[in-house]
Amino acid sequence: MKSIEELKAIKARMQAEINTRDAVGNADTRIVVGMATCGIAAGARPVLNTFLEEIQNKRLQGVKVTQAGCLGMCKLEPMVEVYVPGKEKVTYVKVNSDIAKKIVADHIVNGKTISEYVITNS
Amino acid sequence: MIRNHILVCGGTGCTSGKSKSILEKINNLIVENNLSGEVQTVMTGCFGLCALGPVVVVYPEGAFYSQVKESDVDEIISEHIIKGRIVKRLLYQETVKEGGDGVSSLNDTSFYKKQMRLALKNCGVINPENIDEYIAYDGYSALAKVLTEMTPQEVIDVIKTSGLRGRGGAGFPTGNKWQFAHDVLGDTKYVCCNADEGDPGAFMDRSVLEGDPHAVIEAMAIAGYAIGSNQGYVYIRAEYPIAVERLDIAIKQAKEYGLLGENIFGTDFSFDIEIRLGAGAFVCGEETALMTSIEGNRGEPRPRPPFPAVKGLFQKPTILNNVETYANIAQIILKGADWFRSIGTEKSKGTKVFAVGGKIQNTGLVEVPMGTTLRTIIEDIGGGIPNGKKFKAAQTGGPSGGCIPASHLDIAIDYENLLAIGSMMGSGGLIVMDEDTCMVDIAKFFLEFTVEESCGKCTPCRIGTKRLYELLEKVTKGKATEATLQEMEKLCYYIKDNSLCGLGQTAPNPVLSTLRYFKDEYLAHVNDKRCPAAVCKDLVSYSITDKCVGCTLCARKCPVSAITGKVKEKHMLDKEKCIKCGVCFENCKFKAISRG
Repeated sequence: MKSIEELKAIKARMQAEINTRDAVGNADTRIVVGMATCGIAAGARPVLNTFLEEIQNKRLQGVKVTQAGCLGMCKLEPMVEVYVPGKEKVTYVKVNSDIAKKIVADHIVNGKTISEYVITNS
Repeated sequence: MIRNHILVCGGTGCTSGKSKSILEKINNLIVENNLSGEVQTVMTGCFGLCALGPVVVVYPEGAFYSQVKESDVDEIISEHIIKGRIVKRLLYQETVKEGGDGVSSLNDTSFYKKQMRLALKNCGVINPENIDEYIAYDGYSALAKVLTEMTPQEVIDVIKTSGLRGRGGAGFPTGNKWQFAHDVLGDTKYVCCNADEGDPGAFMDRSVLEGDPHAVIEAMAIAGYAIGSNQGYVYIRAEYPIAVERLDIAIKQAKEYGLLGENIFGTDFSFDIEIRLGAGAFVCGEETALMTSIEGNRGEPRPRPPFPAVKGLFQKPTILNNVETYANIAQIILKGADWFRSIGTEKSKGTKVFAVGGKIQNTGLVEVPMGTTLRTIIEDIGGGIPNGKKFKAAQTGGPSGGCIPASHLDIAIDYENLLAIGSMMGSGGLIVMDEDTCMVDIAKFFLEFTVEESCGKCTPCRIGTKRLYELLEKVTKGKATEATLQEMEKLCYYIKDNSLCGLGQTAPNPVLSTLRYFKDEYLAHVNDKRCPAAVCKDLVSYSITDKCVGCTLCARKCPVSAITGKVKEKHMLDKEKCIKCGVCFENCKFKAISRG
């Protein structure tokens, strides 16, 4: 190692990986993907992976992706819940990779709920 | 992209609980389930809660699985990793959230709440075999700062101001030690690390080296820069194979990255480290004996002065610090002397790691700020004494330390306070004893250790400890009088005053401190020929009373068939055959066994 810049470069490269190792805290935005058998069958896995990739690509800090079991409405899977600190939980249904990208861009980054994919009473 | 990290403890405790096969099985299942790109496994150092090992932690959920068996791995993968359902039955009990999903934070559990992890900050967090992870947690930033922004004297000043004292036991101010070596003129100087942890029951240094070896390497390089040395030696016992292996890997990685070697960070400073294995002699933890051993000679101490800072290894100026001392250095450089000074008591700054063992619920590795009371460590963090037994004494400082009775449980632990009550900080072994422990027997146990480990160079230690042991044996056999106790005490002070090195000078401490706080137990042995804890076999006898209903349990449990009798008739105990193991006494449901 001939310079401090090299050290800093390694540190920056490792940062995203290390973030995963902080337990989810109250200050974190959480994206929870339903990953029970029903969710996986409906395509939750690519959705989960899309979220992870988008967060890494956009280098978002304090956003954690976790899984949950069956959320109870199997016909609406893949379902995704978004918890932004201090705000009501938002539940998206029938999410695919494209919608996942939109959720990251509009909801997580810009704070706008995408109402057309949100669960409704009907 | 990785969504889950599975951390498996690879400390010695969990490894003996088969954590390596657990890790292997997790890795196999990850491949089988095509999760390689999503889930990463990490083998870490010690989490501290050794009593509940093997430990597996899954992030980002922060699920702390304890006492995991190989057969549990399937469930963790299929439930938690694939379906996202935390396996509640495997969670550390205190982290289970009542009536909800998820887990409560590990930092809120009674074991971790009152701890402050500085020396252990990376243990159980990073993979010790991956230098990148160490760098991610600010690793080698302190070395960079020192080499590019500070003069050697400025480095020494920071360490001096911080108030850091040697964690090996004696508590000598680290900054002063560095200053002495810095001030001595000489082309060649050495930086040594004492990893020859030899106290029975102590495993702090081993855990630091297993969990965070780069912290020691970085600190040694900083010390090298401060005193003007280009060569370091780590003296570590061969009985620590995992620590040796990880240290070896860490040194190789540091060399590959140019963090050891020539012209580090493009400066004029060069530094290299070599490992020297010790054969496990206790005396080699003494600084002059340790250096003699590194030189390739038989590990024996020599008189001081000259002190190592003037004439040490190979007759050159040398500093020798303990593993835990080094583990604090980089953080002091990065966060500043004032930050470190703000932790601890007036004369003892920072934290101290203790290896807590013996009769305690949470056996494990604990790091607390100096000034924490013994009661907090034993009752709150340690979870108290198991099986509803009563606390009797805590032993700190190993064979060089003393026993602390219940009346001193509320003293704030620091170097001075422990010395004042006849014990010492020592390297940090903390053995808890309950009412079933005989204090005379404990003193005999530690003395037996020093008798065996005395190197034999000086007479007071070689012969004195042996004679002292024989006197103790007389007490435990009921052949002593009160005059024997006086003779013992006199001999203790003689050994302390006349021995060459720390081993002999402190060897009588276990005897002196038990004589001081548990005199009544000695007197019971001497005058009444009775061992109150029923440990000393020559003073105990068992018999069966009329309460016996003839249930036959004792006869079946007796390992030497010393008990005979018919069903529903009073049993008989053959005192000739009896080995006084006490199994009948513990098992009898009718309290029909008398012990006296």
